Amino acid sequence: MVKKQEIIKAESKEFNFHYADGTHALKDINIPLYEKRITALIGPSGCGKSTFLRSFNRMHDLYPGNKYAGEIILYPDNTNILDKKVDPIEVRMRISMVFQKPNPFPKSIYENVAYGLRVRGENNKRLLDDKVEEALKGASLWNEVKDRLQDLAYNLSGGQQQRLCIARALATDPEIMLFDEPTSALDPIATVNIEELMSELKKKLTILIVTHNMQQAARISDYTAYMYLGKMIEFDETDIIFTNPSKKETEDYITGKFG
Amino acid sequence: MAINDQNIKDLNAIRKLIKQHKKNDSIFAGVGLFVIATLAVALLVLFLDLVIDGYPKMNLDFFSNFPSRKAEGAGILSAWVGSSLVLIVTFFVAVPMGVTAGIYLEEYAKKGWFADLIEINVANLAGVPSIIYGLLALGLFVYEFGLGQSILTAGLTLSLLMLPIVIVSTREAIRAIPVHIREAAYAVGATKWQVTLHHVLQYAMGGVLTGIIIGMARAIGETAPVITIGALTFIAFLPPSPVTDVVPFINFAWLDAGFTVLPIQMFNWISRPEHAFHINAAATGAVIIILTLLMNGIAIKLRYNIRKKIKW
Repeated sequence: MVKKQEIIKAESKEFNFHYADGTHALKDINIPLYEKRITALIGPSGCGKSTFLRSFNRMHDLYPGNKYAGEIILYPDNTNILDKKVDPIEVRMRISMVFQKPNPFPKSIYENVAYGLRVRGENNKRLLDDKVEEALKGASLWNEVKDRLQDLAYNLSGGQQQRLCIARALATDPEIMLFDEPTSALDPIATVNIEELMSELKKKLTILIVTHNMQQAARISDYTAYMYLGKMIEFDETDIIFTNPSKKETEDYITGKFG
Repeated sequence: MAINDQNIKDLNAIRKLIKQHKKNDSIFAGVGLFVIATLAVALLVLFLDLVIDGYPKMNLDFFSNFPSRKAEGAGILSAWVGSSLVLIVTFFVAVPMGVTAGIYLEEYAKKGWFADLIEINVANLAGVPSIIYGLLALGLFVYEFGLGQSILTAGLTLSLLMLPIVIVSTREAIRAIPVHIREAAYAVGATKWQVTLHHVLQYAMGGVLTGIIIGMARAIGETAPVITIGALTFIAFLPPSPVTDVVPFINFAWLDAGFTVLPIQMFNWISRPEHAFHINAAATGAVIIILTLLMNGIAIKLRYNIRKKIKW
């Protein structure tokens, strides 16, 4: 099904997830994430796409009782990031995340971006300054905030806050970035900015995005996975999913007959 | 659509309904205002009564004189020094312990029936009559540990009283921090301790400080437990100074000293038959109320300042 020559960056194999209350939220998910590509997860509310995304940085470990089964392998080092022996903090240092609602810390713009480096023990002012500038440029926010880095982050607009969160996630040079409906709380112009930004970011890293917005998936992603009721219904190149899906359910969903 | 009689009738019905609902609004506003006014007036009358009664004594001499058998020359020097020293001990014991316990219970402790049990107990401890703490302290600190009827004992006793307030307010302040801020910190690779130190503690500081100051304000007015452990009622000397002129410039001998506190001094004077002493008592009462109001005022101001900087 995938014709192009691609490098696999991560791969979920027979992945299952149970919430603490016993809900079997994800069932036997198998998909690859290709390096320097954007993979979009689409599907109706409650299909498990956010749950799947949040498994990639072990966010579910924060709440007791959640259980993973199967594997998510990170390449090239073949690390199963779900392995009990792998510290979730190590995983989060390699795979960063941008949330649905912009969630900057109630600190300065500078400290927001620098925080990921600070938790890694970096205190060298020069290096921090450089990294903060680089990350803010990478998130196309530098020109708007360079004169007020010490301002509190919540003084920024919603779209700027979300780009600040992207800069924060970018500052630590992650291998993969996760986006959980990053534009659902933003206006159309801010949405376009973020989408353009993601297309820029994929030159350097691998992106997995959950989106409610099918046009968004079609616009920015290289691969798309359609999920329904905790199952992976279809995974393919985005063009194929949107023009010639092989499964009836996928077609019904993307044509709006269902969902 | 043309306006016909039917529509106008409906509109009138709606207007009547709105009017009726608005009446409920004003009724409640009236009742609320009455209740608040009653409380405010009661407090004001109480306070003014003390100030008017104690006015003749409200001067600097009152603060710099020891108590005396003559009411005219008597002052609250030993009482306010005692209260201050006891509060210092209380602060340094109750704050680190209370905040640590609050953070542990909220962030680290496994949730379950045991945590629930502790939570209910801590909440209940805040409501235990203070004399019970006095009895506990008498048995534990005075007799068992042999700490004597000292400033240290009083400070420890009042810190028992203050601990549940600090713990509960710390936990509530922590709970008010939104999940998405925590997740943001974890998502960049922070450990639990880093999240606690860099985020939870800082964002909760407003609520924690409020709890601390309200706890201190309660401790300053407590009488029963301090009497129970045997504070002196008449004391004409000061404890050794905590600050000295020889290295290392501080000493801890004051911890072991006998003492009295403001409410006990007031209690002592009020039980005298001479009217002149009652004036002293009223003045002391006014001082305690002013201190309490001042501390609560500081708590409100601090919370406001911190909240202004933190938004999510």
